[in-house]
Amino acid sequence: MAASSTLAVSVWRGKESGRFQTFEVPRHESQTVLDVVTHIQRALDSTLSYRFSCRVGMCGSCAMNVNGRARWTCRTHVAEVAAGDRLEITPLANLPVIKDLVTDMTPFFDKWAKARGRFQGGRTRGHDFARVLPESRERRLADAAIECIGCGVCYSSCDVVTWNPDYLGPAALNRAWTLLNDVRDTDNRARLGAVAGDAGCHACHTHMNCTERCPMKLAPTASIAGLKRAAALAALKGELGDAVTK
Amino acid sequence: MSDGGLSIRAQVLLWTAQRASAVVLAVCVIIHLVTIIYAVRNGLSAAEILGRTRGSYAWAGFYAIFVAAVAVHAPIGLRSVLSESFNWRGASLDIAVMVMALALALWGFRAVYSVFI
Repeated sequence: MAASSTLAVSVWRGKESGRFQTFEVPRHESQTVLDVVTHIQRALDSTLSYRFSCRVGMCGSCAMNVNGRARWTCRTHVAEVAAGDRLEITPLANLPVIKDLVTDMTPFFDKWAKARGRFQGGRTRGHDFARVLPESRERRLADAAIECIGCGVCYSSCDVVTWNPDYLGPAALNRAWTLLNDVRDTDNRARLGAVAGDAGCHACHTHMNCTERCPMKLAPTASIAGLKRAAALAALKGELGDAVTK
Repeated sequence: MSDGGLSIRAQVLLWTAQRASAVVLAVCVIIHLVTIIYAVRNGLSAAEILGRTRGSYAWAGFYAIFVAAVAVHAPIGLRSVLSESFNWRGASLDIAVMVMALALALWGFRAVYSVFI
């Protein structure tokens, strides 16, 4: 990439209502979108707010919409996404905007709690270790979905969240699926009730935006499909109660 | 997550009914289309259709199943569409789609009866 060229970067400024502000940013080789945002904040306009931490694709805090697609900006090279030397950077969709590129993640994580995304064990320190065979079906299913780091890319990309703000969303449901396959967990009956129905897994239209855009290459759609089947089976057996609040 | 409308179990059973009715519809639509293609090979007339369906318990049974599957499938889908497009939720939505289900069933079974009798 020629270092002499520049990039026209439209950045969202404000809260829910606001405007785009355009900056000219010099291009460099192997430049990431996070490098671009950092350059704007440090060299052009120090009032720009954005969120990042690790810069190496581990924490997930730098997720933003780049040219209309939610991405980790630290792991997105400008060369991959800049169409005609232009970038448009907005905060993640489906979340309240605090300022500029910073969203309030509270609704996202509240839904993890609603989906009973916390491990609930039944053992004490007096018990022996639980034996979970690595090749067991449950362990393999949990393994396939466990690496979510909660960046919100899937939640921001989900049309159903846009249409139905009560919908728990791919990440919370994916988390619930890992716990449903955790043979040590004792809360699964209540969890299945919490994640089922019109605001839960059964609202998913299988658009697969979450699966396509997950930077961890997870498949929340598959996890949600698993939840749908498990909850439907429980409903047919009369074992699916309404969510119990604890 | 219940919003004053159906219980969680009822919501899940509706989802299950819609998937099950989709399976029935897939088979019915194929049989229906094949029949149409076969039936119009020499032109199409009301007399020919009635000649096939009048007094035929097999065709009446087939189209009764078809109508039942439509009456189950379409209103449940519409319930999601209305909910997501117009933010319409709760008991009033459930009543509206139930009325639609009954109307589809009524008109459908009436049509089946009309070509049987």
